Amino acid sequence: MEKAAPLAAFSSHSCRGTDVFANCLDRFRALCLSILLLSCLAVPALAGPFEDSVAKFANDEFSDTEAAIGEVAASGNALASPIISALQDGRLSADPDSKKVFITQTDGKIVDAATGAAVDKLPDAAAAVRLNNRLRRTVEAALGGLTLLSPDPAKRLAAAQSVFKSHEENLLPTVEGALAKESVKSIKQAFAEARAAIVLFKSDASDSDKLDAVAVVKARGDQEALALLTGLGDQPPLVAKAAASAVSSIQSNLAMWSMVQNAWYGLSLGSVLLLAAIGLAITFGVMGVINMAHGEMVMLGAYTTFVVQEVIRTRYPALFDYSLLIAVPLAFLVAGFIGVLIERTIIRFLYGRPLETLLATWGLSLVLQQAVRTAFGPTNREVGNPSWMSGAFELGQITITYNRLWILCFTLAVFAILLAMLRYTALGLEMRAVTQNRRMAASMGIATSRVDALTFGLGSGIAGIAGVALSQIDNVSPNLGQSYIIDSFMVVVFGGVGNLWGTLVGAFTLGIANKFLEPVAGAVLGKIAILVLIILFIQKRPRGLFALKGRAVEA
Amino acid sequence: MTPHILTRSLDRAATAFVLIVAAVGVLIPLSNLLLPQGSMFHVPTYLVALWGKYVCYAILALSIDLIWGYCGILSLGHGAFFALGGYAMGMYLMRQIGSRGVYGNPILPDFMVFLNWDKLPWYWYGFDKFAFAALMVLLVPGLLAFCFGWLAFRSRVTGVYLSIITQAMTYALLLGFFRNDFGFGGNNGLTDFKDILGFNVQAEGTRCVLFLLSCLALVTAFLICRAVVTSKLGKVLIAVRDAESRTRFLGYRVESYKLFVFTLSACMAGVAGALYVPQVGIINPSEFAPGNSIEAVIWVAVGGRGTLVGAALGAVVVNYAKTFFTSGPLAPYWLFMLGALFILVTLLLPKGIVGTFNSWWEPLKARRNSPDADSAAREDGVGAPNLAE
Repeated sequence: MEKAAPLAAFSSHSCRGTDVFANCLDRFRALCLSILLLSCLAVPALAGPFEDSVAKFANDEFSDTEAAIGEVAASGNALASPIISALQDGRLSADPDSKKVFITQTDGKIVDAATGAAVDKLPDAAAAVRLNNRLRRTVEAALGGLTLLSPDPAKRLAAAQSVFKSHEENLLPTVEGALAKESVKSIKQAFAEARAAIVLFKSDASDSDKLDAVAVVKARGDQEALALLTGLGDQPPLVAKAAASAVSSIQSNLAMWSMVQNAWYGLSLGSVLLLAAIGLAITFGVMGVINMAHGEMVMLGAYTTFVVQEVIRTRYPALFDYSLLIAVPLAFLVAGFIGVLIERTIIRFLYGRPLETLLATWGLSLVLQQAVRTAFGPTNREVGNPSWMSGAFELGQITITYNRLWILCFTLAVFAILLAMLRYTALGLEMRAVTQNRRMAASMGIATSRVDALTFGLGSGIAGIAGVALSQIDNVSPNLGQSYIIDSFMVVVFGGVGNLWGTLVGAFTLGIANKFLEPVAGAVLGKIAILVLIILFIQKRPRGLFALKGRAVEA
Repeated sequence: MTPHILTRSLDRAATAFVLIVAAVGVLIPLSNLLLPQGSMFHVPTYLVALWGKYVCYAILALSIDLIWGYCGILSLGHGAFFALGGYAMGMYLMRQIGSRGVYGNPILPDFMVFLNWDKLPWYWYGFDKFAFAALMVLLVPGLLAFCFGWLAFRSRVTGVYLSIITQAMTYALLLGFFRNDFGFGGNNGLTDFKDILGFNVQAEGTRCVLFLLSCLALVTAFLICRAVVTSKLGKVLIAVRDAESRTRFLGYRVESYKLFVFTLSACMAGVAGALYVPQVGIINPSEFAPGNSIEAVIWVAVGGRGTLVGAALGAVVVNYAKTFFTSGPLAPYWLFMLGALFILVTLLLPKGIVGTFNSWWEPLKARRNSPDADSAAREDGVGAPNLAE
């Protein structure tokens, strides 16, 4: 206490002795308290010593602040957590004259840190309690220790994870206490791992303890466990050997999981490609029409979602979670209606002239893009995730986001419905007949032009609902469609025209191949490689994987 | 032999076209250089460069018309050949900057110094010589087209499939050239050129000469195209366009004809790109964008597919309209107009400006002259192409 705060020394020289005494006493009490705390972990708030501990923040001395942090953290007082987090954010201020400490809450209200009573305004002399880098670490560790005992399971888990990373040695007793008390299995596991991490870095732990700890960390088996084990430093030979074998086992395990991860990403990309290409496969397959405006139908679907969400936000906020369910049929209708309109006004005059159709629909895509740009502005529009689509869950070592999973399910559902429609409905039958032999179908009394219009509407409508799904993972902007058009064409051409299964296989093959090439070659080179491979593949099988055979194809 | 080809390929319209281009090529530079600033007929330097750009586009359009109008190959990746020619010229111009760059490195272009490269990549060797660069302007697009066409035509990839994979080709190149480690300046491309063959690229005189050269190139390209399409080879090409299988069954090696004309066309596109770069002053990966290639196809469609003169005319008309509208208050509507142009031309004017004019004019002319001139006018295939694929 020789380096007592200068202000305190000036104010009353005679108090100095009592200060020292009080501080020593406080320390003793705090020590008793922490022991008490660590043994039973449930200490009722004790007014006197806690207030004295808090008052130490007012000494404007780093060592006192450090002591105060430790004591407050160990106190088990309900105010401990707010005080320390306020300290971390620089919201804790102290008045050196009255030795009172105040918290400025995030909403601007001020409370007395020792009692929790509301205060009107900060005293003039009050200044924020200062921190240095060493103290910041102490604060973080204290917060970690505090939240280890939090009643909120999520906070406890997060704290255990952070202790695993920081392996702060002085938290060991707290962790052990928390471990003994914990009843939730997954959190107990996290505490055990945190404890193992601390033990591994503790110089005086016994070999057998350390070996146990290595086993625990090895069982965790993720990237962080690997980082922990590789960063161990000097260890007894037995432990070092066990750690090395754990490292190699974790590495091979991780390599396996990264394969699984790539496969999942590939499936996810494949589902997006399939969703974007499936409508194209119908129009191209049945009608032989190259619809370059297909991407714009996807974009219209995404903008429909945006409009639906806007309406829901302003009028019926409670329905937000159902916004996508409302948007799907609407997007189908909007895009489908525009599709039929396009077919009736433009495309039907261009049958048998695929190259001209290509140019006309390209022009149409420019018009649609510019129209949307004029109506909604050129910038990205915000489309939110409903609650059931946000978040993620862990499967082994990989993280699966709900929106990707839902899109995969949704895509497969759309595919199945479409397949069933083609197989079991009258329109489906007519569509298949027209695909296989247009003139024969016409002779049998099928109104081919009606089938064409409906087919085009169906293809466009499916592009529209693809837009609803893509609005969840991509930016909703007027250029949304353009980024998918080339990929969708690749899928259709690769899979083969006139066969939906070809599109399915094509989409997932391209998606998975892309994601497996990405880590090797990088994202752009991987994509180039895929394009080149498709170009080469087309040479080998000019009509795609699942080609229709027979004379009808040439027509 | 030569006069024979010339007389055969130069009918009245073709002669008129050649004369007009030649006149423009001489008169615009002369007016820029000789007439005083204030004169009514003085053409400012920026306009010379702008029209030079149009002329380069016209060459590109000619190259597309040669394969699309006369052989039925719709390439949606011709912008790639144009850009490759442009990059070859750009590399030469970059090497000419020498130590005048921002970093003052006598060998390495600025962007390489910026990327901390210590030596020139091997594929930049030789580009300090103009002759080598000029050779590459022809060779690189030609070789790519040859390899691509050899693979595609032999396995009988036709129609829209070919269109889609040409689009994929230019898209792949676009992605590649955007990368810094490809060694072509990445996103920014090649720019800040100083001189060409020792002449300042910004100078009025150089611009005029470049314009004149572009017009010369346009005339040459036009004559080559005319020579091809009026020859026997051209007749086979038209047969391939109208009935590929039938031509093959008649004993012609269709893929060889297609390959020849595709490669020739790519070389022409490369030359157009090479002339374009010094006049515009920059080449960057956006030239590879699939949209550019499709836009070039619409120039041909507007002017008249299978007419050559129409292709060049369409390129100039559409690009003039683009400059006119995008610089005025109508700028937000330009894409509407371009899109509408695509739709309306394919729906209402499938023969394009020149084709429609011909189909009005020729029967009239035939009736006025003699009853049997009608068939003679159509003989060279300049008439309406059979648009059914």
